[in-house]
Amino acid sequence: MFIFIVLLGFTSYYFGRRKAYTIQSTNKRLTALPQFYGYYLAIWCAIPAFIIFSLWAIFEPTIVKLLILSDYSNQGYLDDELNLIYEKTKALSRGQFTGEITPFIEASAEKYLSLRSIAQSSKAVIVLSIIIASVAYAYKKISSNSRTREPVEKFLKAVLFTASLAAILTTVGIVFSLIFQTIDFFKVIPLFDFVFGTHWYPAKAFVRDSSEALDPTMYSDTFGAVPIFAGTFFIAFIAMCVAIPIGLMSGIYLAEYASVKVRQYAKPLIEILAGIPTVVYGFFAALTVGPFLKEIGNSMGLDVSAESALAAGGVMGIMIIPFISSLSDDVITSVPQSLRDGSYAMGATKSETIKKVIFPAALPGIVGSILLGVSRAIGETMIVVMASGLAANLTLNPLESTSTITAQIVVILIGDQAFGDPKTQAAFALGMSLFLVTLCLNIVALRVVKKYREKYE
Amino acid sequence: MNKNKEQLLNKRYKAEKRFRLYGQGAIFMALLFLTIFIFKIFSTGYSAFQKTWLIVPVTFDAELMMLEQNPSKEDLKDADYYDIALKSMADLDPNANEDQKNELKRMVSYFFEREIKRELLNDPSLIGKTKDVYLTASDDLDQVFKGNYPRDLPEDQRRVTDYQLKIFDQLVELGKVESKFNLSFFTYPDSREAELAGIASSFMGSIFSILVCLMIAFPVAVLAAIYLEEFAPKNRFTDFIEVNINNLAAVPSIVFGLLGLGILLAVFQLPRSTPLVGGITLSLMTLPTIIIACRASLKAVPPSIREAALAMGASKMQTTMHHTVPLSMPGTLSGTIIGLAQALGETAPLILIGMVAFVNTIPGSPLDPAASLPVQIYIWAESAERGFVEKVSACIMVLLGFLIIMNLFAQIIRHKFEKKWS
Repeated sequence: MFIFIVLLGFTSYYFGRRKAYTIQSTNKRLTALPQFYGYYLAIWCAIPAFIIFSLWAIFEPTIVKLLILSDYSNQGYLDDELNLIYEKTKALSRGQFTGEITPFIEASAEKYLSLRSIAQSSKAVIVLSIIIASVAYAYKKISSNSRTREPVEKFLKAVLFTASLAAILTTVGIVFSLIFQTIDFFKVIPLFDFVFGTHWYPAKAFVRDSSEALDPTMYSDTFGAVPIFAGTFFIAFIAMCVAIPIGLMSGIYLAEYASVKVRQYAKPLIEILAGIPTVVYGFFAALTVGPFLKEIGNSMGLDVSAESALAAGGVMGIMIIPFISSLSDDVITSVPQSLRDGSYAMGATKSETIKKVIFPAALPGIVGSILLGVSRAIGETMIVVMASGLAANLTLNPLESTSTITAQIVVILIGDQAFGDPKTQAAFALGMSLFLVTLCLNIVALRVVKKYREKYE
Repeated sequence: MNKNKEQLLNKRYKAEKRFRLYGQGAIFMALLFLTIFIFKIFSTGYSAFQKTWLIVPVTFDAELMMLEQNPSKEDLKDADYYDIALKSMADLDPNANEDQKNELKRMVSYFFEREIKRELLNDPSLIGKTKDVYLTASDDLDQVFKGNYPRDLPEDQRRVTDYQLKIFDQLVELGKVESKFNLSFFTYPDSREAELAGIASSFMGSIFSILVCLMIAFPVAVLAAIYLEEFAPKNRFTDFIEVNINNLAAVPSIVFGLLGLGILLAVFQLPRSTPLVGGITLSLMTLPTIIIACRASLKAVPPSIREAALAMGASKMQTTMHHTVPLSMPGTLSGTIIGLAQALGETAPLILIGMVAFVNTIPGSPLDPAASLPVQIYIWAESAERGFVEKVSACIMVLLGFLIIMNLFAQIIRHKFEKKWS
């Protein structure tokens, strides 16, 4: 059916163009290029049909289900049981049903099949008649040689506009997917407990029997997110301790000191670090850095966990180096040359010029790049999942293991999830807080960088 | 006074030198990390491309295989190979007791039966004869042979028994152990046994996800970029779209995983664990990257091109579609490839939509459950068996290889086809 509509669209394109040529041959002046006549006809042929087609595809199952289940409506079944009956009916009609066949279900299956065939044929008839009607309308328009370019272009512009809405739709999708689960979560767990509680043991919610009613008191002291937030910022802090000095200094060196040749090779090489998938970093941290730190610690008589925050944070720092170095490189290069010349003319050395003149001038941009780096560190998942601990300890010792927002989301949602369970909802609540925090960081950082750019343009 | 000045100057010059050194040190550190990193991956991973085989004489005894006289092809397929397989392993040591026979059996993978069967199907005349057959060694012996396994551990801490080691060493001396290129790493799906685990299933999963991602993200992103760059009026709404795009580019990837879980799986009821859902999720992630790249290259097309087309009587739409967009394509394409490379390396969102499930079949369409290469890395890295460590590194090498190829491709497109306007 789908292919059929597409084919019809193509044929009507050629049809429309030919019509245009025949109009031309009668020595009339065309109002647009012949292609537009074709496009016009093709759009009128395919688009209404597509709209009907997809509406049908969306609503048909629901309507069929309603019709089937109306037979059972007065027998006092619960919703779940009705759904089960419907699934059984569908399976039987496809011949895949293996359970006990009751006459009721057999009757429904027959009804299901007949309904489906009615639906199929009526769909074909309706779509076809719509195509005929709209093509006839469009063909009349073409024959009277009315304008075709403007409507076609208007249509294209509408398509372009719809595509640009995709970004908004994605944001809306993110917010929607997070917000409902989060609200449900906070119905069971008070917001106060979540934000200020200091114990995070979502595993406690595992043990609940699903038939038991929800008992809010059971969850007190289970979903206190303080250790997780603390762990997230702590690991991000360690990462920035590695990334800021190295990233910033290499950015400065590349922008101010490096010869063209060094720059040409060093810059892409450092940027390779940004292209390596995070799961690879995670493996590296878990297999090499973690045990290495543990060994060093043990030889110094320290008790180091193999999954220390230091290993995860350090490797994450390496990952963030190129973000900071490229951005600060860009920012420093865009500082006007006149500032440098002025400083040199006063007798300052190169490093003095950088420290006293260029750095302050570039500071807003550098702060922006660091904020973007922080937001990356907070949202980073795989390194933490693989190299840091999964138990949420409230600690400030970099040698112990801690957990982060992202790691907890993965731990909770890996494998099968039951929606409507406070544990699953907790993951969405964590996702919501992650989204909000990174959103704020990004907005501030982007604004700072933009302001800075405008200053020197 | 003069001396003081000189001292001061010296101090300043020293500071200058030190500062320069810090810069060089920083670059050196960054490059050092990169080198350690790549060295580590390669040194642990290269051995996974070799596989250890035991060469075991197998007697194709018709009676043990329950075969009649002159068996047909079907009969050969249905025959019982387990007994002759067991017997040939047990025959390695004629004096073995029952426990030791069991240990002998565990020296090869549980595919040994299939490997013997394949041998006979290739050459049915072997019935009644004895032939040396290549059998996949168990992952522990594989590691022993490659020297990755400490032999001096006490026996109860090892997964290989002393007895197995003894027989294995005898075989090595007889030249009955061989190391060959590990083709099955590329053709087998995932397995719980390290010696049989391959990347075929996750590789296909990655390919399907990336294709779905490309098919959705590319057209939408290009159309959106064209609208925003060429047609959009400057107003609040387009500003809002722009802010949205810039923010989406910086949203953590795991949030997209939650979106996939909460909307695609829960609301639209799409099948779990499939490359289809994975691809859609990834396409939402790459959308902003492609939009930004496409807009940048549209912006780089000089206005004179547009003005010339408009002056010749083309409409705004024709100018855009016939001149601006084709000229901007190289930049857009290389941006798209870079976006896809990012999507290819992405793990967290795919884990959330269930692509982390154990899949031991090779998916044939985007609707079959599958893993993807990075997720495979994660799965293997989490399993305790020693044999998986080198597999992880090898898988990383394959993934990095693909990323390098994609990025090179993007570079080539950019340099070869992009017009330099001057």
